[in-house]
Amino acid sequence: MIQNAFKFSDKALAEIQRYISHYPEGRQKSALLPALHVAQAENNGWVSPEAMDAIAEILNIQPIEVYEVATFYTMFNLKPVGKHVLEVCRTGPCCLRGADQMIETFKQKLNIEEGETTADGMFTLKPVECLASCGTGPMLQVRETYYENLDSEEAVDQFIEMMRNKEVETPEWAK
Amino acid sequence: MGIKILTEHINVPGIETLEVYRKHGGYRSVEKALKTMTPDEVVEEVKTSGLRGRGGAGFPAGMKWSFLAKPEGVPRYLVCNADESEPGTFKDRVFMEKNPHALIEGMITSSYALGANTSYIYIRGELLFVLRILEKAIAEAYAAGLLGKNILGSGYDLDLHVAPGGGAYICGEETALLESLEGKRGNPRNKPPFPAVKGLFQSPTVVNNVETIASVPWIVNNTGAEYAKIGIGRSTGTKLISASGNINRPGVYEIELGVPVEEFIYSDEYCGGIWKGKQLKAVVPGGSSVPILPADLIMKTAAGEQRLMTYESLSDGGFVSGSMLGSGAFIVFDEDQCIVRNTWNYARFYHHESCGQCSPCREGTGWMERVLHRIEHGHGHQQDIDLLVSVAKQIEGNTICPLGDAAAWPVASAIRHFREEFEWHIKHPQEATAPGAVYRGQLAAATV
Repeated sequence: MIQNAFKFSDKALAEIQRYISHYPEGRQKSALLPALHVAQAENNGWVSPEAMDAIAEILNIQPIEVYEVATFYTMFNLKPVGKHVLEVCRTGPCCLRGADQMIETFKQKLNIEEGETTADGMFTLKPVECLASCGTGPMLQVRETYYENLDSEEAVDQFIEMMRNKEVETPEWAK
Repeated sequence: MGIKILTEHINVPGIETLEVYRKHGGYRSVEKALKTMTPDEVVEEVKTSGLRGRGGAGFPAGMKWSFLAKPEGVPRYLVCNADESEPGTFKDRVFMEKNPHALIEGMITSSYALGANTSYIYIRGELLFVLRILEKAIAEAYAAGLLGKNILGSGYDLDLHVAPGGGAYICGEETALLESLEGKRGNPRNKPPFPAVKGLFQSPTVVNNVETIASVPWIVNNTGAEYAKIGIGRSTGTKLISASGNINRPGVYEIELGVPVEEFIYSDEYCGGIWKGKQLKAVVPGGSSVPILPADLIMKTAAGEQRLMTYESLSDGGFVSGSMLGSGAFIVFDEDQCIVRNTWNYARFYHHESCGQCSPCREGTGWMERVLHRIEHGHGHQQDIDLLVSVAKQIEGNTICPLGDAAAWPVASAIRHFREEFEWHIKHPQEATAPGAVYRGQLAAATV
């Protein structure tokens, strides 16, 4: 049996416990989605099988109950990703403002296709559906931040430059 | 300028703090309801107001509340649907981000009316940054005695929590939302039983949209009768409209229901007209799932009446010549937009978001996406248009939840109103796939 140990930090465990406390006795499974978000933030932007098993143990549920949920929701990356995952909106309203062109520009500048990661491990390009930012499209999300109105090649260039020098965000609970 | 019920103070600096929010009259409805009204009296006011569900369905909120089962000794829940995911819709996000206490106030007053002692705000997972804003505001409300035990000395207890989703459009459907809140896949439940009888944790539950709940404090403060005076007919009150697409001023606008569509598009108070001086081609007035209408039919009904921003006027003509107000996501297309490409984009969205539970939706959405993809990319067949109509028909009404309908309507309506454009793509694939190519024949014919 291959054991790739995954251990939550104390702050992460406290955050998961906080969510568990929001639900009635015996309904701790309700904290599963929050726990997956915490795990992803703790594990370089993706949720490993080991992290899922750790969640199952904390919530006292079967590992399969975690797997089936993690595979249903599109925010959870189930494979390693780059330092910055660019979640680019590809849905209709953003396309009316140039989302297709923005995505094409990213592909050219980063020299990757959708779903791929740059060779230096800096960026993953992940197309996503509507992010409720249609008035400020084209746009994308990285971790907990929206970057909006990326409607020109210059805007994309500036964004890439800025991200190259940016550290990964620390979520509120880990501060 | 119409009356602003939801956004009057939204741009006041510091309104996201309890102090500033209270200075502008915040939490008055909590005092009034908890200290001077019975829960049933609050429900009655909401009924009288005519307030309709602002998430898209437009069902009368007071009536939904009155369906809530109240068995002895069983907890009841109020769950706020903040899973705003319908393409084109971003009003709730902007509202919560700027004025979180307004939603919290609505949650307290509404929870009191329903007799819920624990309530949840289920917010889409992408909006974790908004979740942090809400949690901060909730902590302030607890510290001020507006949440927790014995709120303002009234004897009423309420705990309020925020729960994140994980990226799934389907969780905006209320039973899928409840499944997700219980830590499961977002598969919609069979109804009955309805959530009002068996909802969250098998207990009676009301699920309401952010905007619906946020409208309750004004109704409590000013009475339902006053609210019912705003708007036209059964479209009472104000509505947040998310305006997007090829307009000069995209953004969220609070309108008094009844504003003429033409005014909404061209007035500088709202969309400010079509950008770059271009011509209007089409509008999807209520979110990606409602029927698209060409320029002439969005301005006037088939009978020649001026189209208004109300539930009734936008649906005038049924699906033959009308659409829906839906979630109030007003998506505007200029003359350079390709309807086939947009329809394919929407079909891809619904295929991506189908939960896979019902065969007609799981298979049908993928089928429509593939057929539209080949038409858009110059490989369409003559019979493809009829095939799309037939697949859409077979999905509609044959699924557990409305996602099937939501997937079928945009395809069916695009073909109904822009059939020539689809035919042009099939007959002239080379021309249609040239960069920037757009069919313009119909536009010339329909110039208004």
